[in-house]
Amino acid sequence: MLILTCPVCGVTAEETEFHAGGEAHLKRFGPGSSEQDFEEYLFMRENPRGVHFERWRHVYGCGKWFHAARCTTTLEVFGTYPAQTLEPPADLCKSISKKRPGWSWREFS
Amino acid sequence: MSEPITALGGAVSQNGIAKVAEAAREGMITLRGDVTSAAVKKALKSVTGAAMPGAGQMATSGSYTLCWMSPDEVLVLCPADTVGDTLTALQNAAGTAHVLVVNVTDARASFTVAGPLAREVMAKLCPVDLAPGAFEPGMFRRTRLAQVAAAVWMPEAERFRIVCFRSQARYVFDVLCVAAQEGSAVGAFN
Repeated sequence: MLILTCPVCGVTAEETEFHAGGEAHLKRFGPGSSEQDFEEYLFMRENPRGVHFERWRHVYGCGKWFHAARCTTTLEVFGTYPAQTLEPPADLCKSISKKRPGWSWREFS
Repeated sequence: MSEPITALGGAVSQNGIAKVAEAAREGMITLRGDVTSAAVKKALKSVTGAAMPGAGQMATSGSYTLCWMSPDEVLVLCPADTVGDTLTALQNAAGTAHVLVVNVTDARASFTVAGPLAREVMAKLCPVDLAPGAFEPGMFRRTRLAQVAAAVWMPEAERFRIVCFRSQARYVFDVLCVAAQEGSAVGAFN
């Protein structure tokens, strides 16, 4: 079970108080984009074994969205950060590197 | 004029390890807006007398209580008979500030769980650390109660107040009664 800390209200709770919202940091490709970009945006998702970045919503609490970095094999949560972020924060990536040397996720590592 | 009533007509259950009861009708006003802005804080303070509480906290002044619901929402508790006046006063005090103030008194149901084992009853249902010291009077927590959303606080030691949606009143009362069944003490906080 995941223990997540909502960066908005500061509450730490287990995952049943939250709701997963899929992969984080997707860039939307809409009308006018190429078919390949649209297909990748729509269907292609990371399914890593190890470090993963996701969107979560504190659905039973403050109701706000946020981002979480976690390990899909050990369920260790590396950290959570605000939804208003376009990419994983550098200091979080650094702390993940200490625990999982050589990790990579999409273009981040 | 029809008489306002609570969802379960004041249901009470005291056969178990804690007394579960529907709380008396209390005025509730939801204010949504930027609760960190000076204008909104001032409006709340001038009407209720209470200062805007921090995250996960509540603040009481006289018959008014402010509860922190989320970064843009505050719940105002007041006596049921003054809810209309309070609503108008809040709207006037907010002036041109961008806020939404709504009377939600009858959209909600409210319960109390009281007794020395009240913490255990709540801990069976909510994924919250309810150990003494971790959750105390003055704190306000929105969480999951069994399968529904609820807000929980402690008006005093050994007593919990629960607020949920009115349509879920029967479910919440029943699930609280089950959690408070006789002989179901766990002893987790002894």
